[in-house]
Amino acid sequence: MADPRVIVVGAGPAGVRAAQTLVEAGLRPIMIDEGRRDGGQIYRRQPEGFARSYPQLYGTEAQKAKDLHDSFESLRPHIDYRPETLAWNLTAGQLHVVTGGERAAVLPYDSLIVCSGATDRLLPVEGWQYAGCYSLGAAQIALKSQACSIGKRVVFMGTGPLLYLVASQYVKAGAQVAAVLDTSPRSTRMKALPALAARPAVLWHGLKLVAMLRSAGVPLLSGISPIAVTGDDERGVNGVRVRDAQGHEHSFECDAVGLGYHLRSESQLADLAKCQFDFDRPSRQWLPRIDEDGRSSVPGIYLAGDGTRILGADGAEAAGRLAALAALKDAGRLHAAGEMPRLRERLTTMDKFRRGLLQAFPWPHQLASQLPDRAIVCRCEGVSAGDLRTTVRDLGAQEMNRAKALCRVGMGRCQGRYCGHAAAELVADAARVPIEEVGRLRGQGPVKPLPMSMPLAVGEHA
Amino acid sequence: MNVPRFVRLGEQGRAPIRVTIDGREAHALEGDTLMVALLSNTGQLRHSEFGPEARSGFCLMGACQDCWVRDEQGNRIRACTTVARDGMAIRTTREEASWPILA
Repeated sequence: MADPRVIVVGAGPAGVRAAQTLVEAGLRPIMIDEGRRDGGQIYRRQPEGFARSYPQLYGTEAQKAKDLHDSFESLRPHIDYRPETLAWNLTAGQLHVVTGGERAAVLPYDSLIVCSGATDRLLPVEGWQYAGCYSLGAAQIALKSQACSIGKRVVFMGTGPLLYLVASQYVKAGAQVAAVLDTSPRSTRMKALPALAARPAVLWHGLKLVAMLRSAGVPLLSGISPIAVTGDDERGVNGVRVRDAQGHEHSFECDAVGLGYHLRSESQLADLAKCQFDFDRPSRQWLPRIDEDGRSSVPGIYLAGDGTRILGADGAEAAGRLAALAALKDAGRLHAAGEMPRLRERLTTMDKFRRGLLQAFPWPHQLASQLPDRAIVCRCEGVSAGDLRTTVRDLGAQEMNRAKALCRVGMGRCQGRYCGHAAAELVADAARVPIEEVGRLRGQGPVKPLPMSMPLAVGEHA
Repeated sequence: MNVPRFVRLGEQGRAPIRVTIDGREAHALEGDTLMVALLSNTGQLRHSEFGPEARSGFCLMGACQDCWVRDEQGNRIRACTTVARDGMAIRTTREEASWPILA
């Protein structure tokens, strides 16, 4: 029997462990990586010529980062690695890719393991369109990959573990952090402690980060409501205004803001593959359906890592291996199947912790429905909260794709990645329907913009 | 002219390179992304097509497309995922309307 043709999308923790598992079983998978180098976002490698050590770059996760990079290096001769390659579309049994922004190929597969990772989940705030307002992930990439701060004086606002992690990394690197402003109240974090205790070491690490920020004298506010990012059309951000839990207003001067509300899965390829999605109530996100091993609802499509469930890097490594073992088993190439129960058990623990994080740092959906009419919701197309409400109330849009068609929300450059979740909350609120009835923006190929001049009809038949 | 937006906190021992931003020569470092090369010299990358404000990128991971700039030939470049090269000449000003329809 010929070897099954397996493609792994993504070279982060899930993708690398999946590819490693396939190579162990004697296969030579293709690995598609949008990055220039392996590691994904969390274990992103600095460019050649940079000199910081693993502990400097990855802190407590230095050994895991090094292990993953070393594993990739030893795999490299045994896989068909394609960096700087975007998987932009998917049709039955074929993955459409573009390398270096110009060379297109159509790759047939028998099994596809999608490890597409996550991006920041954003909640608009009035003024977030000003230059100098970045996602939290962006703030971290600037530091990790380029040894830069996003500004001279930075406010971090939003909620989630990344808020404290990035702020502490900035303080350690010598940047000036003006404040850390968390929308989640302390009380929800206390209530989540039993669930977070599923991973005591990670919980302990998080508590230490907060203590470090406090001892560095960084103002830490919990239970805040963002009022506005203030600024100027030309010069960009100049401050942040919030209301604290007692209703008092606070202003912080700054020239940069790192904004983020935990993460969202990059699930477009699963969508294009016509995988079933379910509404996940704890995260208020639509997530592709998977079985306990990572099989999607479509035969031959496997999903692992943060692109499916936000379990973090450790969970992604386990899920990547498990999905590859499942793919091998389904292809009749049984390999290390004895490990599967232990990996499933590990993912169950990770999922308990995931739910704990969502309880501790809830998505403050009510803030989306409270946005003033003048606030920009869709940064790409300049669609305001008022525009969106008019679309719902006057034009009758009660579903996200209808709202998109009528007012262009989510139709721009980012294709709804950064406004889609909040826009859905606004539509649900204005239409007075439950959020799950509003649906989700459909994935569209190309999943990222490509120039019209790109010759896309080039087929590669391995 | 805008003040630089990004602040370098380390890794400054790299070889210098030169880039031209809106006709002005500027200094950057080998290994910089184009975005860092630009924003360590200036405060913005472009203007919004649908609003009055300047933009300077948002996600830094190639997901939001907010950091598109143009080279002198009008080619679109995503600044956060492109490596800066010595001699690059980039436009950040509002000139798209004056170009012919680009492929």
